Amino acid sequence: MEMMQAWTVSDLTAHIKALILSDAQLRDVWIQGEVSNFVRYSSGHCYFSLKDAGATLSCVMWRSVADTLPTMPQNGEHVLAHGHINVYETRGVYQLYVDFIRPAGIGDLHAEFERLKARLEAEGLFAPERKRPLPRWPRRIGLVTSPHGAALRDIVRVIRSRFPNVELILAPTLVQGQDAPPQIVNALNALIEYGDVDVIVVARGGGSLEDLWAFNDERVARAIARSPIPVVSGVGHETDFTIADFVADLRAPTPSAAAAAVVPDGQDLRQRLRAYVARLVQQVHTSVEERRQRVRAEERALRMYSPQARIEVARQNVDHLTARLHHAVQHRMSFTRSRVEALSARLEALSPLRVLERGYAWVQRLDGTLITSVRQVEPGEHVWIRLHDGRLETWVVNKEEEP
Amino acid sequence: MSVPVEDLSFEQAFAELEHIVRILEEGSQPLADTLALYERGIRLARHCHKLLDEADLRIKQLVPNGLGGYDEEEFTGPLDSR
Repeated sequence: MEMMQAWTVSDLTAHIKALILSDAQLRDVWIQGEVSNFVRYSSGHCYFSLKDAGATLSCVMWRSVADTLPTMPQNGEHVLAHGHINVYETRGVYQLYVDFIRPAGIGDLHAEFERLKARLEAEGLFAPERKRPLPRWPRRIGLVTSPHGAALRDIVRVIRSRFPNVELILAPTLVQGQDAPPQIVNALNALIEYGDVDVIVVARGGGSLEDLWAFNDERVARAIARSPIPVVSGVGHETDFTIADFVADLRAPTPSAAAAAVVPDGQDLRQRLRAYVARLVQQVHTSVEERRQRVRAEERALRMYSPQARIEVARQNVDHLTARLHHAVQHRMSFTRSRVEALSARLEALSPLRVLERGYAWVQRLDGTLITSVRQVEPGEHVWIRLHDGRLETWVVNKEEEP
Repeated sequence: MSVPVEDLSFEQAFAELEHIVRILEEGSQPLADTLALYERGIRLARHCHKLLDEADLRIKQLVPNGLGGYDEEEFTGPLDSR
């Protein structure tokens, strides 16, 4: 019996990891449980478990998150944590990568978030029909963010690379902490009142859930909802959703994505420009070529009726007639010639010289008069006797008249 | 059609270029017009490319002027640090 093809441990683990990562729910998990085995290493990273009566979940909390906590979680403490699930292949475990944690029940941010979200949603502030389209060609872009943050750098970089033919108006504000929400509201209002901008981006780079909390503030949400200018939110990372995102006309997953959403793509525009030029050239070529064809056709037609053509036809007619004439004359001439020949032949046959050849002769006076009767001469007269090859001069000796 | 190409904003130039291409493609206008449109279209495209090539992002910021309003200033903060 044939053996099944065996997995390698790495392949199987990679497969399981891929399964887990493909589940969107596991990328954004809220979880309650009791902390146990809490350890903070010298690196600052924290490792612990969350458990309840039936199960245990391994958790990792990086230093960057741990540093933002006022107090570390204690073993046995009930907490509310947020994060995503991933597989740590080396140890063959799946674990929660915590980006937010706080004691359960006390100031429950999550519950607060859900209550506010439900209330604003019920008011219709998230309704799709409230969403306005973004301007296709913004000239001035308002930006509500920290002048020192990564968000500003990312946005400037993206706009520079895509479509720098705009003006960016920064309304500086704090983006985290207690003072952030009223400042964000002021910055937004300043842009609306003063800025003459076509679209507003509200942005903040990635951070812990608490860092982003200003964007879950009701005042911020309502200021965005009131804005007469379309607002794009770009807060945190792909997985972070804030109330500001729900109210904004467009939610971009990151500040960079927000920048990309408000300006057209310069590369794409260049390509379209080139395509337009190609179409222009093609059109002009076609249109000139078409007309050339039409001109040629007309030219041919015209040539048929030109005086030159008539002259050529006339010339041809003359040639033709000349040929006929020539032919007719030739014919006539040869006919005449043959008749003349026939007549000469007959004439020759009748020539008196021929009679002389047969032995006859005729007699002439010296003046050439033909003598046909003895009565015309007297003896002693000189006469010519004409033979076929010459003549003889003789005397008439005697004459006898015959009856 | 009479506005000099150089005076058009990118969006105006681009929109007119789109318009010209459409007219020519539908087109049965006189040859002289075709050539004029073509010439204008090429100049518009060149202008658009030039604007894209030469444009540099301008950044300003709003600062309170102490009178309850705001002034616009050049933004001078560092962007390329870190």
